[in-house]
Amino acid sequence: MEHIVIIGNGISGVTLARHIRKLSDKKITIVSAEADYFFSRTALMYVYMGHMKFEHTQPYENWFWKKNRIELKKGYVKQVETETKTLHFAEGDTLQYDKLIIATGSKPNKFGWPGQDLNGVMGMYHKQDLETLEAHAPNNDVCKRAVIVGGGLIGIELAEMLNSRSIPVTFLVREDSFWNGVLPQGESEMINRHIKNHHIDLRLSTNLKAINSDENGNVKSVIIEETGEELECNVVGLTAGVTPNIDFIKDSGIEIGRGVKVNRFLETNIPDVYAIGDCAEQHEAIGNRRPIEAVWYTGRMMGEVLAQTICGNKMEYKPGHWFNSAKFLDIEYQTYGWVFGKNGRPDYEQHFHWKHEDDTKCITVAYDKNTNQFLGINTFGIRMRHEVFDKWLTEKRDMDYVMNHLSEANFEPEFYSRFENEILQAYTNQLQTA
Amino acid sequence: MSNKLNHSMSLAKPDALDISNKQKVALSAGVIGLFILALALFNTNFPNKALFLTLSLGLIIGGIVVYSREAYLSKLEGIKNDGVWFKSISSRGVWGWIVGVILTTFYIVLYFFPKYLGLGVDGAENTGLISLFDPLSHLLSGRNASQWFVYGTLYTVAILAFGYKFILKYRHNRYQQLRTVSVMFFQLGFAFLIPEFMYVMNNDLPYYDLKSIWPLNYYIFDEWSVNGFLSNGNIGIALLIFGILSIFVFTPILTYKYGKRWYCSWVCGCGGLAETAGDSFRQLSSKKMSAWKLERWLIHTVLVFSIVMTAAMVYSYLGYDKNDFWLTRGVFISLVIGFLTIVFAAVMLFKRHELGKDAKYGAIGFFIVIALLLIMHYTGTTDHLFYIKAGALRSAYGIYIGSIFSGVIGTGFYPILGNRSWCRFGCPMAAILGFQQRMFSKFRITTNGGQCISCGNCSNSCEMGIDVRHYAQKGENIVRSSCVGCGICSAVCPRGVLKLENDTMKGRINPTEILLGNDVDLMDLVNQK
Repeated sequence: MEHIVIIGNGISGVTLARHIRKLSDKKITIVSAEADYFFSRTALMYVYMGHMKFEHTQPYENWFWKKNRIELKKGYVKQVETETKTLHFAEGDTLQYDKLIIATGSKPNKFGWPGQDLNGVMGMYHKQDLETLEAHAPNNDVCKRAVIVGGGLIGIELAEMLNSRSIPVTFLVREDSFWNGVLPQGESEMINRHIKNHHIDLRLSTNLKAINSDENGNVKSVIIEETGEELECNVVGLTAGVTPNIDFIKDSGIEIGRGVKVNRFLETNIPDVYAIGDCAEQHEAIGNRRPIEAVWYTGRMMGEVLAQTICGNKMEYKPGHWFNSAKFLDIEYQTYGWVFGKNGRPDYEQHFHWKHEDDTKCITVAYDKNTNQFLGINTFGIRMRHEVFDKWLTEKRDMDYVMNHLSEANFEPEFYSRFENEILQAYTNQLQTA
Repeated sequence: MSNKLNHSMSLAKPDALDISNKQKVALSAGVIGLFILALALFNTNFPNKALFLTLSLGLIIGGIVVYSREAYLSKLEGIKNDGVWFKSISSRGVWGWIVGVILTTFYIVLYFFPKYLGLGVDGAENTGLISLFDPLSHLLSGRNASQWFVYGTLYTVAILAFGYKFILKYRHNRYQQLRTVSVMFFQLGFAFLIPEFMYVMNNDLPYYDLKSIWPLNYYIFDEWSVNGFLSNGNIGIALLIFGILSIFVFTPILTYKYGKRWYCSWVCGCGGLAETAGDSFRQLSSKKMSAWKLERWLIHTVLVFSIVMTAAMVYSYLGYDKNDFWLTRGVFISLVIGFLTIVFAAVMLFKRHELGKDAKYGAIGFFIVIALLLIMHYTGTTDHLFYIKAGALRSAYGIYIGSIFSGVIGTGFYPILGNRSWCRFGCPMAAILGFQQRMFSKFRITTNGGQCISCGNCSNSCEMGIDVRHYAQKGENIVRSSCVGCGICSAVCPRGVLKLENDTMKGRINPTEILLGNDVDLMDLVNQK
């Protein structure tokens, strides 16, 4: 019986394992050094905030794995020997595979800041990061202030976490507005204000210079690059993006760039070795996507596809229309299709922006200024239907159609106020003045 | 605090979650209000009962109001679940157990030893706690209070005060607000005030909470109740007909259009208490597969029991001779069996494929009921059914289901089993509505394409113990008998994945393997199978 070994028990690896089990009788082993059972990484924040316990982040009960004959091995792979198809563990034992899938996800970026390895400096990615945070920031007596470096999705989540325990937070963001490489200006500025409304000390256009230590090797303060200001703090969160977590295969002969290089079939340069999820890097980006897609949904999709290939129905990774979501403190964000912020916006892309007067809801609709074709939508504080936008994108609807049919896409709870008329009005006015 | 039960990764209790000074004062006021009730319970004879009752209830309500305003209005609108698994009371800690024991004890005394609450027996004056409520009872209906009046008052106070708290907690969510106003209205009006006024107008009418529908209201078709209605002319007959129409006509129509939520989380008193006073405990309901299995056996057993018991009760006071009244025992049994058979046949004919192997259990349940009814008919005598006195069956149901299950366990165990254990495991009305919701209703919780991130907030906050995530992470709509449509899963979802809605029946149940957003060919290949 063919032995499929998956390194990494995150969403990619687990989705793959589940689908292989549905399609075949192969022997499946999932290896992880991080946790005994699959958990939802995106939910770690809720454990610290007390909304859930760690066990609630596990989507499957513990009996699930045995019932589905998916073996779980806890261990840290330190070396992959592709000639003999052997994994060597840091614990000293080995494991033979017939097919190997690397699904080890990411690790937080560190940019060589002085003091970046002190006690109290941490990322927010692994289960162990949560344990570290719990040790260093259990409350606002132990942690008088935390400084977060890096204005992206994980940074704002970490800020929300610390805020839930009334720990003062200073949030250093390199850009002149929160996440504006990705978000259009109107949205980005609304989130700036929302962050400040939560009494988070947001510092834009601000970089970290160094982290200072006390006599015990603990974080004492940080120095700000621009002003030289010293900020006393007990915790520093490094949330300036993530990198593929692939150090262990450096000497294996598997081709790597920033991530594990894969072709459209998610195959590496070595036969029977594949990579999926955050750690996989496409030789050439697919459409507007990045070569490395460190997103929950894409990890899941790669798992779904690769299961077909491994079970004999060779299939390309050919994702459909882009979508994503996040939550910025109390404001939910969804995106369908492509809406670019500062970075990489094509010339033909034009935006229509509407913001509600309460400053917690807005949408940005992107369209082609030459053809008027609808390209994508960002929606803040208003839930919209994935299915409807997916359909409109496939049908290549134009902007007027989308704006006139926006109510079909509404996914807000019943009895919520609706804004389609107001949005349409704003859109029409803009056309007249333009 | 018990470390054994606190599996949170928190190493220390986060001090930052301590309550503010204003909240401490509010909490103290509430405790003083409760203390007055406790003094009354231990027979302190207050000089001016009306004053002390007002003071007590005023302090309790005022305490809850001030506490909630401080808790929620000092923060921006949004989800307010910080620390629910850290706080002792909402995570089965010491306070949770203490409150659970106090509530349970209260229910046992209420149901089985009302004299300890001060109920005057055989015309004697009330004493203790019950006498404290005499002035209010006199004001409303001109009679002395009973233990049920005390209970009803406290119940209503709890729904109103904690309902206010809930409205503040979800002040960004109109669905939650309307639903809560609705349960507050039905509790205050239909369960509390209207029955008192009905008594003032016509004191022979049996107590009738119009929104309490058979089989939740298991005594409505009892002999004394039916006689009460029948001996009261047109109004009595109208009420009895309303009671019958409620379950056979109104309920199916409303459940078809809106799902069982129209009742369970908008109207019902048990649901009303669970959604307001019980809200802090919703995360405690078990989401394990084993709990779901237990639920399905238990609730359907109660349903069978309640149908047979009600049929037996009605049967016991019907005659044999159709010259006296057209509805004889024979006609009645035939009607019941005929009705059940039509329902069973319709389900098997149209919904067989949706039931899978559950169809077998459904069929077994159906034949057990029919067999029991036939056995009853052919072995029953004038006053014995199933070889026991007819009344014994009814009182067994009243004690084990009506009192112990719904009250002592259902509410007393809020801080241990979660706030809906009665609704989930025991309520026969929920079983009927749920059966229809699963088979024949427009209601569902729609999953938004492929947006789920499996975080588990939805499952964690489901008071009915549904593993909502199990469906959402597959892109599948949630169509479950037990869902009461409280909408909290949708509210807490950080990615806007869930929406309660009424739409067409077609495509309502949509199991998928590959989620929206992936390769369309792969979706076609796998999902069309």
